[in-house]
Amino acid sequence: MPKNNPLSPKMLELVRAQLSRRGVIAGVGSLGAAGLLAGCGTKSDSKTSLSASTGGGTVRWANWTLYLDYDSKTKSYPTLDAFQKESGIKVSYKEDVDDNDSFYGKVQGQLKLGQDIGYDIVTLTDWMAGRWIRLGYTQKLDAAAIPNKVNILDKLATVGFDNGRNNSLTWQSGFAGFGWNKQKLPGGIKTVDQLFAPANKGKIEVLSEMRDTMGIILQFQGVDIESNFTEAQFMNGIDFLQKKISDGFIRKVVGNSYKEDLISGDAVAVIGWSGDMFQLATENDGKFDFAVPESGGTLWSDNMMIPSTSKNKLNAEKVMNYYYEPAVAAQVAAYVNYICPVKGAQAEMEKIDPKLANSPYIFPTASTLKTTKVFRTLTPAEETTFTTAFQKATGN
Amino acid sequence: MAFLQAAATRATSFTGKKGRLPYLLLAPGLFWLFAFFVLPILNLAATSTQTPVVGGDTGQFVQTFRLANYIDAFNASREQFARSFIYATLATLLALAISYPLAYAIAFRSGKFKNFLLVLVVAPFFVSFLLRTVAWKQILGESGFVVPTLRALHIIGPQTTLTASALAVVTGMTYNFLPFMTLPLYASLERIDPRTLEASNDLYANGVTTFRKVTLPLSMPGVVAGTLLTFIPAAGDYVNAAILGNPNTTMLGNVIDSRFFRIVDYPTAAALSFMLMAAILILVTVYIRKSGTDELV
Repeated sequence: MPKNNPLSPKMLELVRAQLSRRGVIAGVGSLGAAGLLAGCGTKSDSKTSLSASTGGGTVRWANWTLYLDYDSKTKSYPTLDAFQKESGIKVSYKEDVDDNDSFYGKVQGQLKLGQDIGYDIVTLTDWMAGRWIRLGYTQKLDAAAIPNKVNILDKLATVGFDNGRNNSLTWQSGFAGFGWNKQKLPGGIKTVDQLFAPANKGKIEVLSEMRDTMGIILQFQGVDIESNFTEAQFMNGIDFLQKKISDGFIRKVVGNSYKEDLISGDAVAVIGWSGDMFQLATENDGKFDFAVPESGGTLWSDNMMIPSTSKNKLNAEKVMNYYYEPAVAAQVAAYVNYICPVKGAQAEMEKIDPKLANSPYIFPTASTLKTTKVFRTLTPAEETTFTTAFQKATGN
Repeated sequence: MAFLQAAATRATSFTGKKGRLPYLLLAPGLFWLFAFFVLPILNLAATSTQTPVVGGDTGQFVQTFRLANYIDAFNASREQFARSFIYATLATLLALAISYPLAYAIAFRSGKFKNFLLVLVVAPFFVSFLLRTVAWKQILGESGFVVPTLRALHIIGPQTTLTASALAVVTGMTYNFLPFMTLPLYASLERIDPRTLEASNDLYANGVTTFRKVTLPLSMPGVVAGTLLTFIPAAGDYVNAAILGNPNTTMLGNVIDSRFFRIVDYPTAAALSFMLMAAILILVTVYIRKSGTDELV
């Protein structure tokens, strides 16, 4: 979080509620989709982007909101400014990703036709990154151009959707786990049973991101989500979720709007994201807490990729390399509060804010990492079947 | 197409010469309709009969003219279909019950406050639809004043909540579409010649009879227009259900959204959109025929 922020925490919360990184995912979020329905023709400023791509020395980067260190006083991104000065490359940074699905919906027509989508770096979540790589919508990264690539955390270095990280590089990661109101639930929540305790009935919210909610339920049922679990095992988890919904335990299945509901008291316990809960806790005098489930939480990441349509690959790689310098990564992490994927950043963080350097939300210990898993890559057929089942269970 | 001819004749009579002018004047509108209504509709129709490519990736479909898509889509979402129409009907009736007295008061009893009151009816439009709905979430939520008050009065139990319920969804829809009901009602009530009411009075009709025999029949165009303007968007609405509802109160709009963006099942989403459109169209046609207000069509 930026120091000397002129906005009050309450105001910040309001702004975040509107703009937060995962903002506009499902829940309140999917409403934004209405605008996108109209834009399905994917004509979005192709004119400007084409002219930009021919001019050398630029990189156009699409990222989520509140996902890069921002100085509200100078209205600029300090690390990005430093990079531009150092390299002479102009970076046009746009907070254009507010939802994996709708972002994909917006650009997929152009990707298919090989037309410039207007970005040289896109930042998308694992499973969506997997889809892009599978469909050949990304360019292979040149390891020699990104020497800092070796700094990636071991846990993130090998992933199912991009073995060897040849096409993607982690931007930030996070956990999904339990969040709760400490005043209402002083005992805390460590297990799925405790989450669905009778006292919490009707005041529980879970994430609309299938892999996070189902990942936690499946692990509770003893399924290893990194392994090749079967459809039957997944459907068992769906039955569990369905039951909790029809019995009235789950109040809502939402994107990041569970934060507002925790603050207002409409929800007391949630399946939520570590970064969100970290922000909530700091802004509300520790009224909220977060824990990774004993049976296992999920670890997700957003990944930088170079679209197949980009003509600025070299410059894009320079940007990626820059953000994998530990000192720069630490600066970003101090603002965004999600898990920093860069080795050595923790030592650099000591210089910025020792308290943050010890935060298990930003620099998880090996034992915390051990309790979380990455949801395995699904085949396209599985993806459709599983998503349909999940959507159906959640009322759609 | 009657309106085309009517427009053409009228335009000709104004200019005094036959020619292309009226059609040229119509061209921008027709182009607009073609580009932004006809083409997308045709595209939607084509999408609705596609099937997934065998062994293809998410979102890859091929045209196979599979009409059974419609049956499958309907069977998978019957519950939400029913809910859409029930909620929309309830919201329309509630809006009518609230709007009629309101419009009546503004038209006949407001005196010099008429314009002010009309501005108040329209004022919510200055705030985004989304924000107004989110505001209801707070009003009906734990931190609002409604729930604690009702609890203190022992009207609801300590565990009962108002948000994330069917009640909240219908309330939200009623509120959001209320101006669409009030304004047409006001327009038709305001147009009533006060002398007809006086005549009714002179013929010894009491207030109730006057209302039943004179005011209500004369305001029917407003009632029909208002109910249509409320029912149609309400049946297709998904914002209220998404923000104020729970997983057991989803409407068809939410299913279409989920099919389109989450599951990436374009054919089902397209088929559902078409069925919703057709269902509304049929209902509306029957309704207009029955209510006999031809001047609307």
